[in-house]
Amino acid sequence: MLSEILDIIVYIFLAVGVFFNLLGGIGLLRFPDVYTRLHAGTKCTTFGSIFICVSVILLGLKYWYFGSTDGSVLAIHTAGALIAILITNPTGAHAIARAAHRSGVKPYKAVVDDLETANIKKTPVKNKEVKK
Amino acid sequence: MIEIDTTFLIVLGALILSAVFAIVRVIKGPTAPDRVVGLDTINTLVIVSMVVFGIATNSVIYIDVAIVYALLSFISTLFIAKYLEGGEI
Repeated sequence: MLSEILDIIVYIFLAVGVFFNLLGGIGLLRFPDVYTRLHAGTKCTTFGSIFICVSVILLGLKYWYFGSTDGSVLAIHTAGALIAILITNPTGAHAIARAAHRSGVKPYKAVVDDLETANIKKTPVKNKEVKK
Repeated sequence: MIEIDTTFLIVLGALILSAVFAIVRVIKGPTAPDRVVGLDTINTLVIVSMVVFGIATNSVIYIDVAIVYALLSFISTLFIAKYLEGGEI
């Protein structure tokens, strides 16, 4: 009984994760702009990865509950991989977006760039270059 | 219902298909940040594929490799972004 319910939950989570990962790939291929591509390729992939890792954790816990010692090790290490993905992926996306904006890539069909005229403090490296 | 190992192999095929889309974007991309976005997506998909392959073959070593790969790809993405921004590393 418990085994069948856990199997069904694992299947649903896997389906959701694969669906969002495929959406991320298609959006990366079809969107017109760096920023929209970043939006698709990073957010959808992170969301799908969360679901796939949670399903793997549930399956490992199921193996552990039914008497295999490998299951707990699998679940704990997958939780570590999930935490690594959750910390690193949005930070990298933010760095890429900032680099794209500072290297002069405009959004698709953009007329006014509010970030250009806003009063934003530049990084110290930029200030040093301006002084020279 | 299909067996759970076969299901994981199907999931692996879908993830590789999504990575192929990202590879097309890396080859086609008009500007350099486009290519970096494609590489970042490929990195995440490879991490998830390693986790799925680890549980499909019941071996923990793939998941350990996935953790190290996640941290190293994060550092490489930050370096490439810093280079595109034009600052000193």
